[in-house]
Amino acid sequence: MSNTFEPKIYDIPDADVAWCPGCGNFGIINELKTALAQLELDPTQVVLVSGIGQAAKMPQYVRANMFNGLHGRSLPAAVAIKMVNPNLVVIAESGDGCTYGEGGNHFIHTIRKNPDITNIVHDNQIYGLTKGQASPTTARGQVTTLQFDGVIVDPFNPIAVAVALDASFVARSFSGNLQLTVELIKMAIKHKGYALIDILQPCVTFNKVNTYQWYRENTYLLPDSYDPTDRQAAFKIATDTSKLALGVIYMNPNKPVFEEQLAPYQIDKTPVALRGLE
Amino acid sequence: MSMEKKSEISIVLSGAAGQGIQAVEHILTRVAKDSGFHVFATKEYMSRVRGGNNSTEIRISAQPVKAYVDRIDILVPLNDNAIERLRHRITEETVILGATRYVGKEKNSIGLMLEEIAESFGNKIYENSVAIGVLSGIINANEDAVINNIKAYFSKKSDEVVKANVNAALKGYEIGKSLGLKFEITPSDEVKKQHLLNGSEAVAKGAIASGCNFISSYPMSPATTVFTELSRLSKQYGILVDQAEDEIAAANMAIAAWYAGARAMVSTSGGGFALMTEAISLSGMIETPIVVHLGQRPGPATGLPTRTEQGDLNLVLYAGHGDFPRIIYAPGNLCEAYELSAKAFNIADKYQIPVFILTDEYFLDSFYNVEDMPEMKVERYVVKTDENYKRYLLTEDGISPRGIPGYGKGLVRVDSDEHDENGHITESAEVRKNMVQKRLRKMEKIVQDAVPPKLFGSEDYKYLIITWGSTQLIVKEALETLGRKDVAMLHFSQVYPVPTIAKEYFDKAEKIIFLEQNATGQFANLIKLTFDNVDTKNRILKYNGFVFSVEEVIEAISKEVE
Repeated sequence: MSNTFEPKIYDIPDADVAWCPGCGNFGIINELKTALAQLELDPTQVVLVSGIGQAAKMPQYVRANMFNGLHGRSLPAAVAIKMVNPNLVVIAESGDGCTYGEGGNHFIHTIRKNPDITNIVHDNQIYGLTKGQASPTTARGQVTTLQFDGVIVDPFNPIAVAVALDASFVARSFSGNLQLTVELIKMAIKHKGYALIDILQPCVTFNKVNTYQWYRENTYLLPDSYDPTDRQAAFKIATDTSKLALGVIYMNPNKPVFEEQLAPYQIDKTPVALRGLE
Repeated sequence: MSMEKKSEISIVLSGAAGQGIQAVEHILTRVAKDSGFHVFATKEYMSRVRGGNNSTEIRISAQPVKAYVDRIDILVPLNDNAIERLRHRITEETVILGATRYVGKEKNSIGLMLEEIAESFGNKIYENSVAIGVLSGIINANEDAVINNIKAYFSKKSDEVVKANVNAALKGYEIGKSLGLKFEITPSDEVKKQHLLNGSEAVAKGAIASGCNFISSYPMSPATTVFTELSRLSKQYGILVDQAEDEIAAANMAIAAWYAGARAMVSTSGGGFALMTEAISLSGMIETPIVVHLGQRPGPATGLPTRTEQGDLNLVLYAGHGDFPRIIYAPGNLCEAYELSAKAFNIADKYQIPVFILTDEYFLDSFYNVEDMPEMKVERYVVKTDENYKRYLLTEDGISPRGIPGYGKGLVRVDSDEHDENGHITESAEVRKNMVQKRLRKMEKIVQDAVPPKLFGSEDYKYLIITWGSTQLIVKEALETLGRKDVAMLHFSQVYPVPTIAKEYFDKAEKIIFLEQNATGQFANLIKLTFDNVDTKNRILKYNGFVFSVEEVIEAISKEVE
């Protein structure tokens, strides 16, 4: 590993981090920087795109290009950036509320498009920034700061939806598992096409159910023998919520990449952004 | 029927959707143009794919014609209830011409066996070609122009079908000439070289001339046509096109595309734009441009999907939470649409703000012959960044040099939160104040860049008619017909910020009359808000979904000017 690509090159030294002590986001930011360093990506070539929420603050603390847009809109913005400059590494990063709630329609249609972007979702199964209301992934029955008698709807299953939509790369990780998360982020970035990593992450302040210990007890690592290109098997794993699988759950490497099919790139591969510039 | 020879004709085709009105309009207008006649056409249609009742007006003249009139010289009914629907526009002078079964026993009618003639050439579906021929004969169009345009229209069909249609049209042409209707339109060689252009094409082509290379939109009448045109030309001009899942995505994409280095636009109507308002505010905060084409139709809500109105000025004027600058253009003719569409990209890039092009259904769906459009320059303001690059550098004029990611050694960090010069989130009261002032400071230069309003008519006016957007050419023709030296029109193609020079025009008028295609006089209200001591109470307003006609404007203005 060359010295120029240590995780600390992505540090923003004077950043005033707004996360609670012990927040799962600290694990994820470390994992992201480590993955970027291991892939030897220059910060000027990386764009972190986010919506709004505690997870969406991530790009504020990572030295790279940043598009911190509106709540729910990380994916449309990321798709557009990739269309205009396919040379950039584009990572859309936000929370479960932002991506699956406010941005639910974009989640569906971005998967359909299959742009070559990485979608990291910090899934803490609760709303943090707005102080503890249910998120789309909060379990039925869980009492929150708004749902006093417990949540009365079923949780959204992002993995099952992604598999159902034939997403080209679907993975789940846990923020407490550094090695796995780094590996999955690297795989997702290298994967040609849309790559989802749903990262389970404790919210130490507002989610007293899904704690570090809960995630350790309720997750398991997919065995090496598991074939992620088997869609039926993937769907079975995705819908089995008794225990949550970690690793690459599904992959379809044969899907056309969205931006490569667009008119301006049929003959000339120069990014539209750079045309006419020296 | 008594008729002197007229140098202008207004033909109206009326029928159900899917009955070939569009084909007749398409071919006949080209035949007329290629014959050297000035042409104008506009349509009104119902919000349905089949059936209902639609009509198209085609004006053909020795003089330039560019506006809608109520008058019908020849009405061509294409179904049973075509005539009843237009009864209020039929006068003693109107000739009703068409298939015997639709013409019936109308006064001044000429019934033709169109279907039977078509059948004699092999198929009754050639009926429209016969009709085109008849109309071409009446205006004494060039025979080659008839043949060539019929051929071009059916070029994808078999040789046999092409030939049958040409022969059917020529038979019609012969009949048309023999009818003895008194139209004599002097052709002009200049017109032959010109192009037919509609509002949608003018907006789309202006955008392309200014280097537009990205469009993300969601289909919505009447703005879809601009989207379609850019998609059609995407290969030729290297345009990234995405039919987004919704307008929210479309607008957020366009802004992110500008961020990454594209020149992007969205095309939508009021209801779609309502969903884009959060993105407009984002554009204001992250100082990343967006060009919005908004083709207005009557609201609220779904309103009248295929009709026209100028009811969304307030919407674009106030869209988006928070204070930030914006510019709104409202072209009054095709050349202005082309120029302002192009300018929108340059100005959006220069000031890093949202810029709007406000049109409407009437404007987008109307067309006439135009000369070549003026040359437009692409003015791109992207800078190459260095290591110390600050996206929101505080500057005297409020404009921070705009870099794009991956171009230079710097990082481009934009943030929808309030931010410091580096684009980093902040809650510092001082930084907040500085940034608000920086963003609003751009207004000083923006005002200097304003497109001044245009005066039509004598400088020595007593009465001043105020218009904006698509009503320009209707009122222009009305004033020309009225022929009064004391009545002039001031037309605004930039409605916001209101050009300061406008006050000088207002001050010279004895009476100011606002003419708008909406129910409340939205522009008059904006003027009232902008200037002291401008009387805005005289308003001619129309909001039934149909465009002002020249005759209607003459009548309304006559009442106001005594």
